[in-house]
Amino acid sequence: MSLFFDDFQIGAESELGSHVFTKEGIIAFAILYDPQPFHLSDEGAKKSIYGSLIASGWHTASICMRLIVDHRVRQRAEAAARGEALPKTGVSPGVRDLRWPVAVRPGDRITYSSRIESLTETKRPEWGLVTSRMSGVNQNGAEVFSGLGGVLWERLKA
Amino acid sequence: MDKLYFEDFISGDVREYGDCEVSALRIKAFAEQFDPQPFHLDEEAAKETMAQGLIASGWHTVVMLHRMNCDGFLGKMASQGGLGVDEIKWLKPVRPGDHLSARCTIGATRPSKSRPELGIVELNFETFNQKLEVVMTEKLIALVSRRPATAAAL
Repeated sequence: MSLFFDDFQIGAESELGSHVFTKEGIIAFAILYDPQPFHLSDEGAKKSIYGSLIASGWHTASICMRLIVDHRVRQRAEAAARGEALPKTGVSPGVRDLRWPVAVRPGDRITYSSRIESLTETKRPEWGLVTSRMSGVNQNGAEVFSGLGGVLWERLKA
Repeated sequence: MDKLYFEDFISGDVREYGDCEVSALRIKAFAEQFDPQPFHLDEEAAKETMAQGLIASGWHTVVMLHRMNCDGFLGKMASQGGLGVDEIKWLKPVRPGDHLSARCTIGATRPSKSRPELGIVELNFETFNQKLEVVMTEKLIALVSRRPATAAAL
């Protein structure tokens, strides 16, 4: 088993870790990127269907990305320690089916995971496309975020 | 300023707005917090990667679009948040010095079945760079309040 595309398995799951959303973090993200009343203050959220402050869905998604990158860094360090060659990682062509079924509120601890859904060849022989289902679950076991993300990943030399 | 309610979103309507300057500083600031990969963090390291130079995180481009949306019309929209995003495609790299703008085309609209005070609007976004190349497309499903008089009559 290596970290190259060719050794990936459909169905393989990764625990990515968890993140606690604070009121300060939720508001700081919203000021920069998503200044809607229900992401900025409890007062503003009172008039919305949410009743109190909730995190931007883009914040929930961005934290998932951060934990994916941190997970890769850990995996690469472990592989390097075993003396393995390390693959290049590419960019993402896109994501699909992002859903935020339950709101994320201050104090929530969201635990993220990913599962490989498909492995497909691309026009470029050195790169494969890995598609994974990302998921975030709160401390009560409710899924708050899900989506399918693609990333280009180096293949073993033929 | 009049609010934009569900009834104000007509399938086929197009809005164009936004001018967001992309700087290396902002690319790196977003990446340090949310997407610390070499091609988002460091010009030199990025040269050796698929990106062939510093590029913005795709999630950064998403939130730059979203910020333009908020400033452009979402601020006026009686938005109740997003139900979901069917698809985001990152078609071209976004680099320091780029100027982004946005076009939103309204797709299908329908009243919510479970909540009569809300409607569901499909928003199809294109994000352009200064060369008017489409760098990203996004299809978002938004929840929008219905005009109060309409909701009260139901």
